[in-house]
Amino acid sequence: MTRRSTAAALALLLTAAASYRVQAQVTYDRLVNAARESRNWLIYSGGYFSNRYSPLTQITPANAKNLELKWMYQAAVAGAWQMTPLVVDGVMYLTQRPNDVVALDAKSGRVFWIYRYQLDPTQIVCCGANNRGLAILGDTLYMGTLDAHLVAIDTRSGRPVWNTRVGDNKAGYSVTLAPLVVKDKVIVGVGGGEYGIRGYVAAYDAKSGREAWRFYTIPGPDEAGFDTWKACPPDAKPYCDSEAWKHGGGSVWVTGSYDPALNQTYWGVGNAGPDWNADQRPGDNLYTDSVVALDADTGRLKWHYQFTPHDRYDYDSVQVPVLADITWRGTPIKAMVWANRNGNFYVLDREIGRFLLGKPFVKVNWMDTFDERGRPHQTVQPAGQPTWPGNQGGTNWYSPSFSPHTGLFYVSAWENYATIFGGTPVEYQEGRNFGGGQNRPLVPVPGAPSLPGLRRGPINNWTEAAASGAVLALDAATGEQKWRYPMTDVTDSGILTTAADVLFTGGREGYFHAIDAKSGSLLWKTNLGAQIVSGPITYEVDGKQYVTAISGLSLCVFGLRE
Amino acid sequence: MRAHPFLSSAVLALALAAPSARAAQNPAIVPPGDYSPADIAYGSRIYDAQCTTCHGANGDAVGGVNLRSGTFRNAITDLDLARVITNGIQGTGMQAFKFDPSEVTGVVAYLRNMNSVDRGSAKLGDAARGKTLFDGKGDCARCHRVGAQGSRVAPDLSDIGAQRSAGSLQRSLVDPASQMMPINRPVRAVLRNGKVINGRRLNEDTYTVQLIDDQEKLVSLTKSDLREFTILTTSPMPSFTATFSADELSDVVAYLLSLKGR
Repeated sequence: MTRRSTAAALALLLTAAASYRVQAQVTYDRLVNAARESRNWLIYSGGYFSNRYSPLTQITPANAKNLELKWMYQAAVAGAWQMTPLVVDGVMYLTQRPNDVVALDAKSGRVFWIYRYQLDPTQIVCCGANNRGLAILGDTLYMGTLDAHLVAIDTRSGRPVWNTRVGDNKAGYSVTLAPLVVKDKVIVGVGGGEYGIRGYVAAYDAKSGREAWRFYTIPGPDEAGFDTWKACPPDAKPYCDSEAWKHGGGSVWVTGSYDPALNQTYWGVGNAGPDWNADQRPGDNLYTDSVVALDADTGRLKWHYQFTPHDRYDYDSVQVPVLADITWRGTPIKAMVWANRNGNFYVLDREIGRFLLGKPFVKVNWMDTFDERGRPHQTVQPAGQPTWPGNQGGTNWYSPSFSPHTGLFYVSAWENYATIFGGTPVEYQEGRNFGGGQNRPLVPVPGAPSLPGLRRGPINNWTEAAASGAVLALDAATGEQKWRYPMTDVTDSGILTTAADVLFTGGREGYFHAIDAKSGSLLWKTNLGAQIVSGPITYEVDGKQYVTAISGLSLCVFGLRE
Repeated sequence: MRAHPFLSSAVLALALAAPSARAAQNPAIVPPGDYSPADIAYGSRIYDAQCTTCHGANGDAVGGVNLRSGTFRNAITDLDLARVITNGIQGTGMQAFKFDPSEVTGVVAYLRNMNSVDRGSAKLGDAARGKTLFDGKGDCARCHRVGAQGSRVAPDLSDIGAQRSAGSLQRSLVDPASQMMPINRPVRAVLRNGKVINGRRLNEDTYTVQLIDDQEKLVSLTKSDLREFTILTTSPMPSFTATFSADELSDVVAYLLSLKGR
């Protein structure tokens, strides 16, 4: 190579390097507009409004029958795979058990790199080595870990950039949710609702990993809401914890939402601790089982609404807050729509948190009416009698979808499902289960198989007698059921809708379904052989639309037959 | 369930470690008496507080795992059980539990006896006499199978003693429908061409159902192909109160309890 050509090559290289450097992948502006960037999937729930709705229209009700498998990626570690991938300009980023990050070609499934986070040997997590995904800003990915750290990873090299401790894993704190990036901050919440944690949402500087703010979901002394952790009566019988707030739970294990115009970030808060023995924590127990609206810059509470005061059923409100601009009784409003684990569908005004509507979407008997402010009138069932919905709820953490095109809210529901609840006193001990429950599933015959709460094998021997599942399409403004797609087994799958009015979802049986979002009729299905417990996403590469489904250990990607 | 070659020897080893006359007579059965009632009771309290979140009150809430069956995927001996409880199982939902030794002993004792703590008011008779009644006067093998003998039309009873409590077995003989598991409810399917299939479900999902029919054939049906699909709630099994005396019923229950599938 001549000197001139060497210089020219060097100049080219430098230019390329310079342009490479300035070409930060995902700016904050892109995140604000993520829901409109149809080719990609930049945020856990598809956009800040968490609608899981894509503008892509290549796959339609007419051609969905031509879907075929394009590629698969197999994870190595068994267990429920609850993760939602991100897709950025042809590259897919995903997490796999226990805390790996994988970058792969979204067109072929071939891997660029794998980052394996080294976990502390002590992980105290209630329900397996779950991780639900990543956040991205610029050229950095963010992952929470089972040992309660937040790690920043370079998108191109797969190398860690920084690692910050979020909580004490030895006391049961963990991070299983996908973080949410807002402006220059990475926001996470902590799991550990079964271990007597004191939950919080915390924001970290995206560049340095330094904590920027922290909002405790259990208020401390002198904070508003502390009076909802009431003192024990002097002759309390049985056991009552005079400092219950210190172990009050309020975990946050599913990603929140954000409204840029209001600069409010919304987070669903988990159950109170102990989960089931409510008598030892008198009061409403704020902000457990609530949604909290926080100032995104400071973490200060703007408003809250509590779905289940003084919860005795483990009705975590960890559902994804879905933000929807709808017409409420003739007036356009900024709403939040929410199908809660407690079996009710809610419409709230997300500017100020006003309760507008509460309506059961499955059978409910723990309450019967709401007052004007949305406080439920609770109807505690007599000892030994069943409560609907049962312990896992009418729905749970799996993502619903809102289609602005149909105006419908879609949710995976567990129907005809009840538990006979019972509390038992439990004293807090660090790292020990703090459930305080003696619950029995409602089964038609003593000793009959009960519905597996967390995961299942390939044989359904509990049958429809224990519970069954359905996708429900609800009018987002009224909660009225527009259609119902029944399933024999229950479903923990998330839901995706598209502008072509195709709804994608899975279920425990292993089927991946495409359903007409307007009518609820089946368009196409395929049996993937193992439970689907994640939310499908869709994206486009080189002009072709793809849709994902995770079944068991397999990430399956579908597109139209050519 | 087939006998596990390691299981038998391990249970034998366990029995030798804690010898008792009953264990020596029948090494294939872990005798409940080898665990102190206090340990079992203590273990049940710890189980309720620490284990039900995942495993459920009945021990069957994790798919493919039935703690009441006495057979464990990752443990054969009590020491194995203690190790799994203490260390967890990497990469699964089974976490490590910080139990002290007496708690571990209690939980192990409870797991080993989960299925028999609900003995209810059932009176236990003589298992050998019960087998004779099962094969003879009861004619139970006309529908049920034990090991390699009997029909497959009704549920296989080879490990029923590990699945059901004494009280439940006795109630089954007296009032069968009251104890019938939903999966065993008789089903009737009518194909589009009018062909009728009677059987019992082995599995079912939204679109299909898998049966064993009354000819002992495995049948998989697509629901959209059916003209009719009915699940009955009455049991085809008769009550045996007229066939057996009270003592004979106790003998049959004792025999059924001895069927551990090993």
